[in-house]
Amino acid sequence: MCQIVAEVLSNKNITLNYFKIILNSPEICQNAQPGQFVHIEVTAGSAFLLRRPFSIHNTEDEKLEILYQVVGKGTDLLSKKEKSKKLDLLGPLGQGFELKENFGKVILVAGGIGVAPLYFLAKRLLNHNSKISGQTPPKITLFLGAQTRKQILCAQDFKNLGATVKIATEDGSWGYKGLISDFLAETLLRYAKPDLVFACGPVPMLKKIAQLSRKYRLPSQVSLEQRMGCGIGACLGCVVRAREGYLRVCKDGPVFTVNQILWDRL
Amino acid sequence: MNPNLKIKLGRISLNNPVLAASGTFGYGEEYSRFIDLSELGGIITKTVTLEPREGNRPPRLAETPSGLLNSIGLENPGLKIFLREKLPLLQRFNTALVVNIAGEKEEEYLRLAERLNRVKGIDALEINISCPNVKNGGLIFGTNPSLVFSLVKRIREVTDIPLITKLTPNVTDIAEIAQAAEEAGTEALSLINTLLAMAIDVETRKPKLGNVTGGLSGPAIRPIAVRMVRQTFQKVNLPLIGVGGIMTPEDALEFILAGASAVAIGTANFIDPKTMIKVKEGIREYLQRNNIREFKDLVGWLNLN
Repeated sequence: MCQIVAEVLSNKNITLNYFKIILNSPEICQNAQPGQFVHIEVTAGSAFLLRRPFSIHNTEDEKLEILYQVVGKGTDLLSKKEKSKKLDLLGPLGQGFELKENFGKVILVAGGIGVAPLYFLAKRLLNHNSKISGQTPPKITLFLGAQTRKQILCAQDFKNLGATVKIATEDGSWGYKGLISDFLAETLLRYAKPDLVFACGPVPMLKKIAQLSRKYRLPSQVSLEQRMGCGIGACLGCVVRAREGYLRVCKDGPVFTVNQILWDRL
Repeated sequence: MNPNLKIKLGRISLNNPVLAASGTFGYGEEYSRFIDLSELGGIITKTVTLEPREGNRPPRLAETPSGLLNSIGLENPGLKIFLREKLPLLQRFNTALVVNIAGEKEEEYLRLAERLNRVKGIDALEINISCPNVKNGGLIFGTNPSLVFSLVKRIREVTDIPLITKLTPNVTDIAEIAQAAEEAGTEALSLINTLLAMAIDVETRKPKLGNVTGGLSGPAIRPIAVRMVRQTFQKVNLPLIGVGGIMTPEDALEFILAGASAVAIGTANFIDPKTMIKVKEGIREYLQRNNIREFKDLVGWLNLN
């Protein structure tokens, strides 16, 4: 966990208001775990102060990749940072996805930009089992949903990793017509249950995943987001309501097990 | 020429005039990974209350132009856990340690003060008077001179440790409050705490904070804080710690010239954890550039012609 200045290697508009920025950051790449995030200083010189947190999408040697959506002032400023510009980062921060045991079948659930941290996770999962006991890599199925076809990101990247990708769009322009959580619900009714579920996306989607996890007793982890101050656990600004009281999304999370969170308070 | 940055606030000796303000710094643990806490003049802890406090419902933060709105709600683990789990780390650093205390009744402040009074490593207590006095219909202690006088006097009677009173700016005349605290026996004052404020999300038509209102901090409040330090400096004969939106050495110098003997930095730490170190070095350079050997000579040096 450190504060470093990283050079922008590229910052490209993928489609609509989605961008991918690649930063030269050996220190962060060395220590990053899937599910962790970086807290980026983007607003210097503007009337706005706070850093913005972004999950780590991928690391490739010394290159740190962030997949993000422009939704406000901070992300808008980030989208304008050009190649060779320097950015001040804090990271890697937070508790990442927990990969404890050996598992055969994993389901990843992504809603919109929520797909971002799951790519890094999928790459790591595919190495995981072989590291533990020389066993075969797990079978990964990604349930990827968005409002419309153009907002489905990274589908091919996951296929290239060897994952099965199941797509849902609310307007039916690609794949299953409806919510990704409904697609998952129907799948769970008919097919064998996974050993683990990892999900990231809008809160209503995560609530449905939590319900399915309870119903089918699936060990599930979710990545949450919250407006952050310090990003390192000191200010207590980013809390969510959990069974054990308030937990900090930046330090106790952003990854939580579904059972930790009081979903009706979210 | 290496200027002397040491400064005394009553009986409290600081190696340099830059402290971590209460609230944004926790109990030092998180920031100790980014900076050497021994380089700071002092650390003012997050408020400690007698019993653990859960804090307010989220969202607790909202960004405003040049500012930050927060409604954390004094979430803290309470006195017992502070002493057992938080204090040991803080005692390891070679920097002044100030523990900020708060309560909803005078009795709570007194019990906290008595318990912390002779604890090794604690150099002063900062009395947070921005809390509602439950016995007085929720009136904020710090908005009423007689409540402030009574509270500080009673704390003074049960302690010998140096006392700093942290003033709230949500008053008509801060110098009046300052005088009440001075008469009651406080050894120093820190000002200002956050300004009561609010933000609204126009799409959801809801307040941005779960608690509706919160405290505003950051550069937006600095001019108000500098003015209040100046007004207080003119009315009381106590060392002052200037707080409010300091981001750069120049910001800190404004407070010092207005009359502050030291400064505390909070919100800026979120943006750059190294802010306090940079401010300290910036003050040193300023003194060198202006050929001033002793930092203390700068305090209140305001040219009014």
